[in-house]
Amino acid sequence: MAAKFLPTNQLASWLAELSGQYRTLVPRREGDAVVFRPFEEAFAPELGVRPTMSTKASVFPKCEPLMTFKYEKDEEDPGKVMVDVTERRDDAPAVVVGGRPCDVAGFFTFDRVYNTEKIKDLNYLARRENTFFVSLACEQPATTCFCNWVGGGPADTKGADVLMVPVSGGWLMEPVTDKGGELVASLEDGKAKEAEAQAVKDKANAAIGDAVDVSAAQDKLLALFDDAAFWEAQSSKCISCGTCTYLCPTCYCFNITDEKFGMEGVRMRTWDNCMSALFTMEASGHNPRPTKAHRLKNRVGHKFSYYPSLHDGNIACVGCGRCIKSCPVSVDIRAIVQNAIAAPAPEQEG
Amino acid sequence: MTNASNPYLPAIGTIIETIQETPNIKTFRVVLNKEEDMKNFKFHPGQVGQLSVFGTGESTFVINSPPTRMDYLQFSVMRAGEVTTKLHSLSAGDQIGVRAPLGNWFPYEELKGKDIVFVGGGIGMAPLRTLLLYMLDKREDYGKISVLYGARSPQDMAFQYELPEWLERDDMTTRLTIDVESEGWEHSVGLIPNVLLEMNPSPDNCVAVTCGPPIMIKFTLQALQKLGFQDDQIITTLEKRMKCGVGICGRCNIGNKYVCMDGPVFTYKQLKEIPNEL
Ligand SMILES: Cc1cc2nc3c(=O)[nH]c(=O)nc-3n(C[C@H](O)[C@H](O)[C@H](O)COP(=O)(O)OP(=O)(O)OC[C@H]3O[C@@H](n4cnc5c(N)ncnc54)[C@H](O)[C@@H]3O)c2cc1C
Ligand code: SF4
Ligand code: SF4
Ligand code: FES
Repeated sequence: MAAKFLPTNQLASWLAELSGQYRTLVPRREGDAVVFRPFEEAFAPELGVRPTMSTKASVFPKCEPLMTFKYEKDEEDPGKVMVDVTERRDDAPAVVVGGRPCDVAGFFTFDRVYNTEKIKDLNYLARRENTFFVSLACEQPATTCFCNWVGGGPADTKGADVLMVPVSGGWLMEPVTDKGGELVASLEDGKAKEAEAQAVKDKANAAIGDAVDVSAAQDKLLALFDDAAFWEAQSSKCISCGTCTYLCPTCYCFNITDEKFGMEGVRMRTWDNCMSALFTMEASGHNPRPTKAHRLKNRVGHKFSYYPSLHDGNIACVGCGRCIKSCPVSVDIRAIVQNAIAAPAPEQEG
Repeated sequence: MTNASNPYLPAIGTIIETIQETPNIKTFRVVLNKEEDMKNFKFHPGQVGQLSVFGTGESTFVINSPPTRMDYLQFSVMRAGEVTTKLHSLSAGDQIGVRAPLGNWFPYEELKGKDIVFVGGGIGMAPLRTLLLYMLDKREDYGKISVLYGARSPQDMAFQYELPEWLERDDMTTRLTIDVESEGWEHSVGLIPNVLLEMNPSPDNCVAVTCGPPIMIKFTLQALQKLGFQDDQIITTLEKRMKCGVGICGRCNIGNKYVCMDGPVFTYKQLKEIPNEL
């Protein structure tokens, strides 16, 4: 499919055109943070810096109704109350513009869990199939970026419908899928910018440096499971705020809760996070992960060991670096993984 | 799955009967409202369900009636928190949501021809009941059946309506025990592991199935080992906080195992192979 060119001064009109057909999410600056919000002409999208939030919420909202319920009194027999439950699902088509290649890659981590032969999460699937991505290639990787350690790259197109490459005067818009071709159909031809875009991508790929091989982490993290001293050292700074999981494009855990208003209500799904002490608290009061060391072990272990062991070696981290960049105390998942790989093998019992 | 298409959507059921088992355990007998749901409902002993009180939430309970008795599905609920307290306020005629069956089950096919020792403590008798009744309904398929059921006091003993039958049957041995002496109590007094040692079941061609509070399990395991039971001759069930029940919400993992999908039933041998995070 032919690449198109989007001049800087036509960005707003193109986004306005998309907004006519789709819920169109773009990065917007709000205080210190850059978050994804529906496009509005009054706010120029912030495409210069990496968004603080990932694009996760476009497909997996922070909070969504799974179903509504209603209690109804039986007119004939007032003592009898029936209940009626209705599924809720939002599959309105959406386009997300300006997420990075690592953001989009995050959804593959979800897919392997939310869409299996046995179990299909229909709420997730409805939006996954109807959400399209115009990803922005990274010109210059940040110090926190390590997408290339985990199978990605600054100009990776996996999961994108269009790759948007910054060039002089605007962006080269490279369709990846048929849908992507449709999204950029109205734009002008981009042939003249192709060579420049390639140079931008080559430069970014070179700038990110050599990948560190983290495949040994799968066995090593398991081997260190009972090494409390190791995990206490790794988690000593952590303040259990949960920021790392909320910002992570691959963290997929959730809670389910009911809200009731009089005779009716809604069953909600909300993001949850394994760094919180209550996550595994059982009704008996017993908590299998009582300390932050236990919880950090689970977060890192899940991403680099348990998940890959179940999903053909795929790591549940896309190397976006958000958990490093936004952690108030700079806990660095890369360092933990490398420390685990470098740690001496624990003594085998008996 | 009662709702094959949407794993979160409960079927609606009606409570047809409740039994106050003990001061804090109440049993619910539930029939799914859609006749064909009830007719097509298939499960194996040991599988669990999520019960919903719409407006309060969902919690996990073992289906403790056996698949051989499908007049209703029975759940016994110990009052522990919000959902269980709300459940305790319900009575016959009330509607609840049921997502079931979930999880794995006792290997009842592989246990054919073997002797079975059940060791249950408190509410831990609930999961054992489903397998015990199944085996009693298929009595000729199994060898010697012994049951040891312990509770803190006589009042804390559930399933009292069927204990006399268990005690009287001559094709099974039943031992009841309470922690400390109590007036009028005619059965054993003493902690479960000690009574188990006294019973002295032979491990030959025998499997022990145990469930109860963690501390009881711990000492019961030691007793079983003393009696010569090997790790693969001991079966137990695990409890974890659960939400989705179908391996998605990420709450119930131990390493790469999910208690809601790979469990709740495990042999002690399997437990030793998964990371130590119980
Ligand atoms: C496989 C399996 C089978 C089971 N079978 C049975 C059975 O047959 N019968 C039975 O009675 N039970 C069974 N259980 C246990 C049962 O699921 C719990 O007792 C039940 O979920 C408690 O629910 P609740 O809403 O009443 O408690 P909650 O209100 O959720 O919690 C009770 C207490 O837990 C703590 N807690 C937990 N989470 C939080 C939180 N997020 N915030 C604050 N406090 C929290 C608090 O101390 C609270 O008071 C089983 C569990 C499993 C996993
Ligand atoms: S673990 Fe950290 S670096 Fe990896 S995907 Fe999540 S937020 Fe990004
Ligand atoms: S962001 Fe940092 S401090 Fe907060 S929970 Fe994660 S690792 Fe701990
Ligand atoms: S309860 Fe959700 S993953 Fe097990």
